[in-house]
Amino acid sequence: MPETTTLTPTQAGPPADPVAARRPARRGSATRRTRRIAVLFILPAAAYVVIFHLFPLAYGLYLSFTNYDPQSRSGPQPVGISNYTKILTDPVFLSSLAVTGKYVLYVLPGAVGLALVLALLVNRSRRGIGFFRTALYVPHVVSLTAVSMVWLWLYSPQGWFNQILGRFGAEPKQFLLESSSALGAVAVMRIWKALGGNMVLLLAGLQSISRELYEAAAVDGAGRWAQFRYVTLPGLRGMLTYVVVTDIVYLAQSFGEIYVLTRGGPVDSTTTVNFLIYKQAFQFNDMGTASAMGFVLFALISAVAFVSLRQMMRTRS
Amino acid sequence: MAHSSKAHTHSLVTLLPLAVATLVVLTPFIWMVSLAFTSADQAFSASNLIPESPTTANFVTALTSGGLGRAMLNSSAVAVIVVVSNCLFASMAGYAFAKLRFRGDTIVFGVLISTAMIPVSVTLIPLFLITKGIPLAGGNDLLGVGGFGLLNSIGGLALPYLVTPLNIFLSRQYFLEFPDELAEAARTDGAGELRIFFQIYLPLAKPLIATLGVFAFTGIWDDFLWPLVITNTDSMNTVQLALAKFLTSGNVQYGPVLAGAVLVTVPVLVVFAFNQRAFISGLADGGIKG
Repeated sequence: MPETTTLTPTQAGPPADPVAARRPARRGSATRRTRRIAVLFILPAAAYVVIFHLFPLAYGLYLSFTNYDPQSRSGPQPVGISNYTKILTDPVFLSSLAVTGKYVLYVLPGAVGLALVLALLVNRSRRGIGFFRTALYVPHVVSLTAVSMVWLWLYSPQGWFNQILGRFGAEPKQFLLESSSALGAVAVMRIWKALGGNMVLLLAGLQSISRELYEAAAVDGAGRWAQFRYVTLPGLRGMLTYVVVTDIVYLAQSFGEIYVLTRGGPVDSTTTVNFLIYKQAFQFNDMGTASAMGFVLFALISAVAFVSLRQMMRTRS
Repeated sequence: MAHSSKAHTHSLVTLLPLAVATLVVLTPFIWMVSLAFTSADQAFSASNLIPESPTTANFVTALTSGGLGRAMLNSSAVAVIVVVSNCLFASMAGYAFAKLRFRGDTIVFGVLISTAMIPVSVTLIPLFLITKGIPLAGGNDLLGVGGFGLLNSIGGLALPYLVTPLNIFLSRQYFLEFPDELAEAARTDGAGELRIFFQIYLPLAKPLIATLGVFAFTGIWDDFLWPLVITNTDSMNTVQLALAKFLTSGNVQYGPVLAGAVLVTVPVLVVFAFNQRAFISGLADGGIKG
C-alpha cells in the first residue's frame, strides 16, 4: 500500500506513541517560557483565522437582517427578519433549493457507488496497479473550470456525445440547452470529477480493514458476497460516512461548473443556491437578501450532514 | 491460499473493467489535448482523436489574446504569497498545538479547526466587504472608508487563503508523531524555543511542508468564485477566471479555449506528479482523522 500510508515523519526515527510521548512535556517542561512561546507561535494563525474566517460568520449573520446595498450611500439598515420571510416565499429561491437538492441526489449515488467499485478493483497489490490508481485520480486534481471547458465541448452539437449519437442515426441533442437534460448533464460531469477523490479515500478505508477478519470469515465459510457484506461494509462505515457527508457539503455549494456550463439556465433549471447568491449579491447588489439565503443554505447543509452522520454511524449490521 | 489458476482468471476479471473504466475517465482529457492541437478550421468537424495537421497556434492565441499569459503571472504571484504564508504560520501553529501544550489549547485548536466547516456561501459577502474595507489600502483612510481597499489586487486575491484551518490541522497531526525527547535534549543544551522549532523540528518536517505547499498552491490556482467576485479588470485575472472569460468572449472557439485549459492544467499535474504521496496520503490522512 505505497500510496495510502498516512503522513509520518521519515527521518525522525520510530514514531513514538504520541500520547505517551506527550505526557512528560505536560508536567516537566511546560514552563512559563514555553507557554509564552506557544502563544507567540499560535497568535498569527489564530488572529488571522478569527478575523478572516470566524468574524465574517457573525458579520454575515448581521447583514442577513439588513437591507445592505453597497451602491447606496446609507450603510446597512436593519430590517428585522423580513429577508428571511421574503426568501422563504420566493419561488426563485425555493426553486434554487430544489435544484441544489436534486443535484446532490443525482451526483451522490454515482460518485460514491462507482467510487466504491473502483476502490475494490484497485485494492490489490499487483504490478501496474499504481498506474490505474493515478489515472483514475487525475480528474480530481484538475480544476473544475478546466474540466468544465472540456465537457462543454463533449456536450456541444459537434462534440463527442453527439458524434456517438450520430453513429446510431440519432439527431444531435443540445444537452446543456434543454431544461429537461441540463442538470443531469452537469451532474454526469460532476460524478466523473468526484470519482477519483472518493476512490482514494475508500481505498484507504479498505486497506485499514484487518486481513485477519477476512481470513476468519473465510474459515467460517463466508463466500465473497458474505465477506463484502459482513466484513468490508462494516469496516468501511467510518470512511463511507466521511465521504458521503463531505460530498453532500461540497455538492450543496456547487458554483464553478454551473457558471461555466450553463450560467444557471435554461430558465433557472440549473440555478443552485450558491449561483443565486452570487447573482443576488454581485449583480443585483442585494447583499442583505443574499446573506439570508446563505444562512438558510448553511442551516440546511448542517441539518442534512448531521442526520446522515447519525444515520450512517448508527446502522449496525 | 494456493489456487493459482483461479487467481489468474480472477485478475483478468478485475483488470478488464478497470482498463475500461480508466479509458472512460481519461477520454475527456484525451479530447482536450487533441482539440488543443487541432487548427480552428478543422475543429468543427473534429471526429478523429489525432489531429490531421497538429498546430500550436491555439496555445499562442490563448496566451496572447486570451490573456492567459498575464493571468499566469497573477496566479503565480498569489500562489507564492499563499504558499509561503501557509507553510510558515500553519506549521508554527500546528507545532505549538502539538508540542508546547498550554491550558485551553484543545479549545483554541477546536475553534480554529471548526471554522473549516463554515460554507463559502455565508462568508463570501462579509469577506468581500472586509477586503474592500482594509484600512489605508486602495485609497481607504484609517477606518477603511473611501476607497476600494484590496479589491482587484494580488493581496486581495490571497487574503482568504493565508492560513487554512486544514493546514493547521495537518501540521498538528504531523508534529504529534515526533518524540518530545528531541526538544528536551535541545532545551537541556540551552537552545531557545525558536531555534528548537526552526533548526530541529522544521528541517525534519519537509514532507509536511511539501504537503502544505501543495494544498495551498492547488487551492489558489484552481480558485474561481473569489477572483470572480473581487476583480473587475482583465489585468487582474487569475488563470481560471481568464479561462472562463475567454470562453464567453464572442463565439466559442474550442481550440484556443482547450489549449488554455491544457496550459492551466499542466502546472497542477507537474506538482501532482512530484508530490503524489502528499496529495493522496494527505487527503487520506485528513479523512481518517477528520
